[in-house]
Formats: sequence, C-alpha cells, structure tokens
Amino acid sequence: MAIPLMYNVRNLTVRRTATLMTAGGIGLVVAILILTLALAHGFRATLVATGREDNVLLIRAGSNAEVQSGIDRAAASVIETDPGVLQVAGGMPLVDRESVVLTNLTRRGGGSSNIVVRGVNERVLELRPDVRIVQGRFYRPGTDEIIVGEPIARRFVGCGLGDHLRFGARDFDVVGIFSADGGGFESEVWGDAETLMPLFDRRSYSSLTVRLADPAGFESMKKRLESDPRLRVDVYRERAYYDAQSTGVATVIRVVGVFLVIVMATGAVFGALNTMYAAVGARTREIGTMLALGFTPREIQMSFMAESVLLCLVGGVLGCILALPIHGMSTGTTNWQTFSEVAFQFRITPQILVIGLAASLVLGLIGGYFPARNAARRTISEALREG
Amino acid sequence: MRFLPFILRNALRSKRRTVLTILSIVVSLFLFCTLRTVITSLDASLRMTDTTRLVVRRSTSLTFFMPLSYKDRLAQIPGVEAVSWSDWFGGVYIDERHFFPQFAVDPKGYIPMYPEYDIEPPGAPDTFQRERTACIVGEKLAKRYGFRVGQQITLKGQIFPGTWDFTVRGIAHSHSPDLDTNFMLINWDYLNQRTGNLGVVGVYVVKISDPSRAGEIAKTIDATFANSPAETKTETEKAFQLGFITMLGNIQTVIVAIGTVIVIAIILVSMNTMMMAARERTREIAILKALGFTNRAVLGLVLAESLLISLAGGVLGTGLARTVFSLTDFNAGGFFSSFIVTWGTVARAIAIAAFLGLVSGVVPAWNAARLKVVDALRHAG
Repeated sequence: MAIPLMYNVRNLTVRRTATLMTAGGIGLVVAILILTLALAHGFRATLVATGREDNVLLIRAGSNAEVQSGIDRAAASVIETDPGVLQVAGGMPLVDRESVVLTNLTRRGGGSSNIVVRGVNERVLELRPDVRIVQGRFYRPGTDEIIVGEPIARRFVGCGLGDHLRFGARDFDVVGIFSADGGGFESEVWGDAETLMPLFDRRSYSSLTVRLADPAGFESMKKRLESDPRLRVDVYRERAYYDAQSTGVATVIRVVGVFLVIVMATGAVFGALNTMYAAVGARTREIGTMLALGFTPREIQMSFMAESVLLCLVGGVLGCILALPIHGMSTGTTNWQTFSEVAFQFRITPQILVIGLAASLVLGLIGGYFPARNAARRTISEALREG
Repeated sequence: MRFLPFILRNALRSKRRTVLTILSIVVSLFLFCTLRTVITSLDASLRMTDTTRLVVRRSTSLTFFMPLSYKDRLAQIPGVEAVSWSDWFGGVYIDERHFFPQFAVDPKGYIPMYPEYDIEPPGAPDTFQRERTACIVGEKLAKRYGFRVGQQITLKGQIFPGTWDFTVRGIAHSHSPDLDTNFMLINWDYLNQRTGNLGVVGVYVVKISDPSRAGEIAKTIDATFANSPAETKTETEKAFQLGFITMLGNIQTVIVAIGTVIVIAIILVSMNTMMMAARERTREIAILKALGFTNRAVLGLVLAESLLISLAGGVLGTGLARTVFSLTDFNAGGFFSSFIVTWGTVARAIAIAAFLGLVSGVVPAWNAARLKVVDALRHAG
C-alpha cells in the first residue's frame, strides 16, 4: 500500500515558507522558459503565416532572399504564361509582379530599423486574401499613395493614417492601414510597383508570386521553370520560402533561451535539493515510524519523490501564471536573413505551457531523487534513535 | 574576527547544504556576468569608434547605392580631409552557416583611413592596390579558418551573382581586443569591373579634421545631395554602429529584466537555505545565549555565516565566468568583437552576492536574536 499523497500535501502546507520559496524559484525558471519559447514561436508563426500553400514565389537563382533578387520583365512574361498558373476571369493569369526594397524608418521612442517597401499590383488582394484594409482604403494605382501594415503604423514614425513617407525625392501619403492575420506582410509598406520602381531605380522586379491552378502541380512547375534557360529562377512554395526565412532568428532565440533556462534550472535544482534534504532530515523520526508501521523503503522513497514533484509542479503552475500576461504582447526585431524588421507577438500555446510544466516535473524528479533515496536507506532503529 | 573559525565550522557542518547553496549562487552569478557582458561588449565596440570619421549612406537605406561621382563632391566640402568608400559584398563561404562580413573597399584610400589596424606583411597594402583579386582578412577570421597569406578563398556571391576567387595578401591586426577583426576586405575595383562598372558604393567614409564640427559637416553633406536621386544620411561612426544594435530591438531591457528575475530567484533559494539552517540550530543558539552571548553577537554570527556563503558563491561564479569566456575566446560566432567580463561586472556581481547574503541572512538572524532561551530549550528539547 502506498503512503497517501495527502501526507505529502500536508507536509508541504506545514512548511509553508520553505515550500513557497522553493516553488517560487522553480516558477521563475519555468516563466523564463515559457517566455523564450513564446518569443521563438511567435516569430516563427508570423513568418509561417505569411505564405500560402498554393502560392508560388519565384526569385533569381541563388539569391536566397527577395531583396537580393531580380527578375526582368521578359522573364516575368515567360513565367506568367506557364500552364501551371491559375487563370482568372478573362484568361488573365493570377500573378503579382513585385519589387522589394528596404527603407530605414525611425521607431517611435528612438532607434531605427529597415522596413520592407513592397511594390505590388492590383491583383495582390486576390492572391493574398488574408490581407484586409482595416482603416482607410487601398492605394490608387499610379498615384503617390501607399498602405502600411498595422504594427508598422503603430511602431514607426510617419506611418500613421494621413502621414507622409518620403521615398527618393517624393512624398507618399499613407491612405490605408492593413492587417494580414498576423502574417509577416503586416511588417511592410505596400504601394504600386510601377510607381515605386523608377523611384528606387529598379529596372527589374524582385519576385513574382503566382497562384497554382492545381496545388498538386507544384513539382512539375518547379521543374519546368528552373530548367528554362531564359529564366534562371528558384521556385519555392510561398509558405516554405517564408518558413525558411524564419529559421535563423528563431534558432538564435531558442538557443539563447535554452542556455538561459539550463543554467537557471541548474541553480533551481540545487534549491529544490536543499529543501527536500531538509524535509527528509526534519522527518527522520516519521520515517522510522512509517518503517515500523510496515511501509517498505521503496514506498517511502516514492512518497518523498512524489512530494518533490508536487512541490516543483506548484512552481511550474506559478511560472505559467507569471508568464501568461505576456501572451499577445507585440514586439519587433530585425530578421538578419532579410535585413528587415519583423513585427510579431509573444505567443503562448498549450504545448508551450505543457513543456513548462514538464520541465518543472523533471526538476522535481531530479531534486527529489537523491533526498528520497537517502530517506529510503534509513533503518528503523537508526531513524527512531536519531529523531 | 575571532569568531571566524566558529562561523566557518557552522557553515561547513552541513556540507551538502552549503555546497548546494554555493553552487546555486555560482550558477546564478555566472549567468548575471554573462548577461552584463553582452551589454558591456556592445558598449565597448561603440567606444572604439573614431570621432574623426563620418559615414555617409543613402537616406532610404543601406541597401541602396550612391554614385561614385559623390567622392569628388564630398572631398570639396570644407572640413573634409579624405574620402573613401566601401560596399557590403554579401558572399557565402562554404555555406550560409559560415557567415562573416566582406567589404569591397576602395583599394587606395580605405586602409589609411583606419590607422588602428596594422596590416601584415608590410607590403600588403600595396599588393592590395595592385592585385584585383587580392583580399585582406582580419586576424580573428584568419584564426577561425586558418587562412594564411597566399591562400585562395572562394565566395559565392548572393548580391553579385557568380563565383568569386580571392587570394589572401594580408592579415589585419587590431590594437585593441575590442576592435573587431572578424572581416574580409576585397578590392572594390575588381567588383566594379565584374559588375559592368555599375559604380556601386554602399557607404562613403569621410575623414574630418575637427571632431567638434562633425554635426555641422554632416548637415552640409546631406544638404549637398538633398533633392538629388540619391539623397544621403551622414552620421558619426558611432551613431552608424548604434543603428545596427537598435535594429535588434530593445535587447537592453530584455537583459535587465532577465537579470532581475535571476537575482530574485537566487534570493528565494538562498534565503530558504539560511532559514532552514537557522531553524535546525534553534537549540544551539539558545545555548550560546545561555552562555552569555548578547543578542547582537548572535545576530552577527548568523548574518556573517550567510554573508560568507554567498560571497563564496559570488567569487566562484564571477571567477568561472571570467575564465570560461577568456579561455574559450567566446564571441557568439563573430557577433561580438570581444567578450570580456570587465572588472566593473565583477564588482557588481560581488556586490549582488553581498546584498544576497545580507537579505537572506537578515530574517533568520533577527529571529535568532529575538529567541527566548527558555522557550527555545524547551521547544527543541
């Protein structure tokens, strides 16, 4: 028969201060773990949410990112006539020819960052239905009007509705604010490609985005276009492209986070060990009594392990509660793979909370194992005499 | 002082507990030192910037080029002593994981702009001017990949497509560890020639005679090119570098926040230990008092023990951080030019350890001082 769990619960509540302090230490570790995971996940989720499975992105072969790429008009026309491209009313291919440049804007509250200015065509909303105008209206093609992603409008100077942004030697009016369901396009400024390109001295497009007529037709389209000697392009599924852009920064966040958490967790385990050793030490006589009552050493070991796990789980729950308010908080950083700003939110998912709780469980097991083994090794006579 | 052996014995009585507590403090202060060194290292690289150099770039962003013709107009601006230029090359060595910056630089004027670097062998700057495919690599980069003078380096261009071969003709040594040497310089004329004389200049570096006129000269430069197709933004070298750091977002706040959380966590852990230690010794404290120790003496003893433990942890933790980072030559893959735990950081860490010892000792010490001998002996009996 196992020793009732209630025995451990009672013990923890009797030593209230020690319990709360140890659990507090564990809780802070768990909170930091959750925060870094939420940061990495938020960053990644933003970029993954940027692409669609049935959209295809084309950039110049070997260029890796849109900013470095160039596709000239002749090549663009060849790509548009590919049989794999979806045709909409009137036999028009669903294609957006885009130009991507970076512009350095000032953050509200100091500092600056590079923002993507994307020249698009009128087909873009059909191609990217996630993008919605939330304030104002869409730009009028051929005019000096632009629209700005929500987080950029909020975080950067001169990007609010009715403000002006200066590109080259011309002022552009911000006539609309758009959202993209949390995707990376929200971190951009959009305008008419044909107006913006001469201004930035761009003669070729940066990329082409096309809708697949048949989502399964990707591989054959990729083979066809990449082997076409007139083109020299790399063909990606839009989602895979943006996912790949996120790996660098997300990995850095995760590596730094894991380093922090491992070091902090080591410190916290020492604390948990101390508490549990003290718990065992203070209850030597009780251990003797339990042995005398007929509980086996194994049951006593299990009981102390359970107590340690329980203690650390309290910490884990505490950590989750501490970390939760940060969910949804928005922040931004420069994605080094594209050299441009990405606005994103801390995102705490159920999985991340489970990982946090699991980590506290592991801490409990490690912190409890040695003291519990110590407890189980006592003999009745020794334990009763010592106490 | 004569109580020191007594305090030591007390601290060492439960060796396991004391060691565990010291270890948790070691770990936390190691982390504190690491985090603070991130900030001091970034600051150090900013301090190394030169106040007599201005950086001119396109106002839109660094990714745009300026015409080569600007060099003559810049040279005419009053207060400007010398003009040189460079461009970010963005080539890939082996694969993307082996990142290091490469700059295509004006082969004649660029190296004299930076007297804080020594190029070896002595004739290297001249060879660099003459030979189109010559390159100069920084000391740290050379060490990382074992580059030697005369060796070939092949880069795959991302911004400028193609395969580019270079021969190492010189190694750049810096005068201070805080000066970055994780870079490669290539001949700008070669890049220009191979890209069909595009005249791609990413930044102009301008040497000025009087640092106190930097702001005024920067304004004049930007006014000269205002309303042209390529408007400029001129900053001091320091402001230019700072721009890159602010792009990362507010790391300073994040680091300070995490540092605070760590300190709170160790306070919890060590306070708990000290309280446990004192609780177990209720009876002894009562005996000490019965022997005639004053309340103040008892308070001092408990406090001193806690201080001793946390200072031991503090010294070990900072020592560990200093040795580990200097022995491994850590620089986060070239992100930091140097990663040295400064004495300022050491002092702060030790101060935190002392504070920790006081805070965690004060509650048990107070309790011990207030203890009534009769109650304690009866209770613990």
